[in-house]
Amino acid sequence: MFQTAPGRKRGRSARLAAGTLIVFGLAVLVVPFVARLDQHLVDLTATSLSPRPAHPFGTDEMGRDVLLRAVYGLRVSLLVGLVAALVSVTIGTLVGLVSGALGGIADRIIMRVVDGLNSIPHLLLGIFIVAMLTPSVGAVIVSVALTHWTTTARIIRSEVLALRSRPFVDAAISGGSGRLRIVRRHFLPHLSPQVALAAVLMMPHAIWHETALSFLGLGLPPHLASLGNMINDGSRSLLAGNWWASLVPGLFILLPTLAISALTQHWRDRTSPRERSELQL
Amino acid sequence: MSRALARMVIWRVAFTVPLLLAVTAGMFALATASPFDPIRQYLGDRAQTTSPEIAARIRENWGLDRPVIEQYLDWLGSLLRGDLGESRSLHRPVVDVIGDRLGWSLLVVAGAMVVMLVISLAVGALAAWRRNSWLDRFITGTAYANEAAPVFWTGLIAIWIFAVQLRWLPSGGLTDAAATTVRPTDVLRHMILPVAVLAFSQSSWLLLFVRESLISTLREDFVTGARARGLRERTILFRHALRSALLPFITLLGARIPELVTGAILVETIFSWPGVAGTSVRAALAADFPLLAALTLLATLAVVVGNLLADAAYVIADPRVRVLGVS
Repeated sequence: MFQTAPGRKRGRSARLAAGTLIVFGLAVLVVPFVARLDQHLVDLTATSLSPRPAHPFGTDEMGRDVLLRAVYGLRVSLLVGLVAALVSVTIGTLVGLVSGALGGIADRIIMRVVDGLNSIPHLLLGIFIVAMLTPSVGAVIVSVALTHWTTTARIIRSEVLALRSRPFVDAAISGGSGRLRIVRRHFLPHLSPQVALAAVLMMPHAIWHETALSFLGLGLPPHLASLGNMINDGSRSLLAGNWWASLVPGLFILLPTLAISALTQHWRDRTSPRERSELQL
Repeated sequence: MSRALARMVIWRVAFTVPLLLAVTAGMFALATASPFDPIRQYLGDRAQTTSPEIAARIRENWGLDRPVIEQYLDWLGSLLRGDLGESRSLHRPVVDVIGDRLGWSLLVVAGAMVVMLVISLAVGALAAWRRNSWLDRFITGTAYANEAAPVFWTGLIAIWIFAVQLRWLPSGGLTDAAATTVRPTDVLRHMILPVAVLAFSQSSWLLLFVRESLISTLREDFVTGARARGLRERTILFRHALRSALLPFITLLGARIPELVTGAILVETIFSWPGVAGTSVRAALAADFPLLAALTLLATLAVVVGNLLADAAYVIADPRVRVLGVS
């Protein structure tokens, strides 16, 4: 098949991104079976070791292996991010559906609420919510989910508005379907790809928020190996020159995020080539 | 023009009042549901030794035994009178805390915005002009990675390179630890890293936007026309293409203010900068409701005002909107 040079390059970066995700995915799934991490174990005979064969990314100021903890941290972050993304996409889908299906004054009110919520900086609102709840994994999930459903609600609402004017909806109404049935049988199946994409795109965002809250000391409990906690812990020994304890966990946030955004970019280019961006990597 | 502008401003202000009311109500509801007891917080370690009668008297004194609605209206009333309450963690009036720190935050944010605009315009234009070259690929690649990197991580890298390895710049704070007075040169030296990190972290989307918008503008007929008339490439790029490519960018800049606040929170925390944004983290760690609520309201107001300014600037900048009115 004929392919232009940028097209080939696009394919290559997508393969690279997929490879990165597979490597991280396998690490997260397999490593716990090979090497267990005791979250409370410290080894004061091996504090702040620089990278060496026994510890490829060194040890932190408590003598804990940075690589192993980063893998476990990614696990925690992925799990928290996944749950938070699912909850926020569910809320967003419901709100968007209700808003789009009801229309009229209800739609207007709901959309103003969405606008209003978007006027509060997400991290600040998240910080507020976490501060007012008892610190726990649940508080982080609630905080991320409550601040992020608005984007999904907007997308789903505009999709519903577009669906409403389609002939098959008119046909269903003529056939005697009620509002609930139209939503369940006609809107939801049409919306499922959008919902899935929204969830995938929400993941890196949710992970970012979880790590940011943990970094600020407001997120997950401090002994738990999470990427934000590790960067926070490591930042204290950074001034002594130990770069590995804080900079390595950051790579575990950066690379998967980059890979997911490259893949969605690739997917968008393939499904809607007319809107293909000028960006190439 | 002025009528269109006035109508927009009135609409926005009409929207802002219920918004701020809703934000206060939401925050108060959350605080009421919160498991933290303000009395215990106020007493701290003394909570163990204070007799329940005294605690009950404080509770009565603070009005915590009255219905929630009444408490809320009370709080709202004092907010409207300009009394933001007293910070429970810093033991000072919230107004004083904000007054002391707002200036430092504005200094860093304004500095970062200027640097961000200049750099992303210049570098974005460069990438668009040399598109598909290795330079362009390097610039867009860096911008993409920067977009994915958390700003607190980028900040730590900057500290490690410039403060630990090279020892060129201080790693944080407003002045040297030994300094007794605030000297402008000292502050300036301490400002460089926070401003640079905030500007860098916020610049990638702008840079990518400038590049993309400029590339599609360079394909338009009026650019071909300008080339055909033999104008210099630089004139075409900066005087013709960039001007037209930048219009939507004004609105985008307004829409990015929440991100700027987020960035400021993290950057001020990393560099121990004594601004309001970093203070919100301290307030949150201490579950200091009066301070945190005031700061959240302040940030919301900043976002609303910023959006309004951006839209007003758009009306002034785009002659089509200016003549035909806001659609």
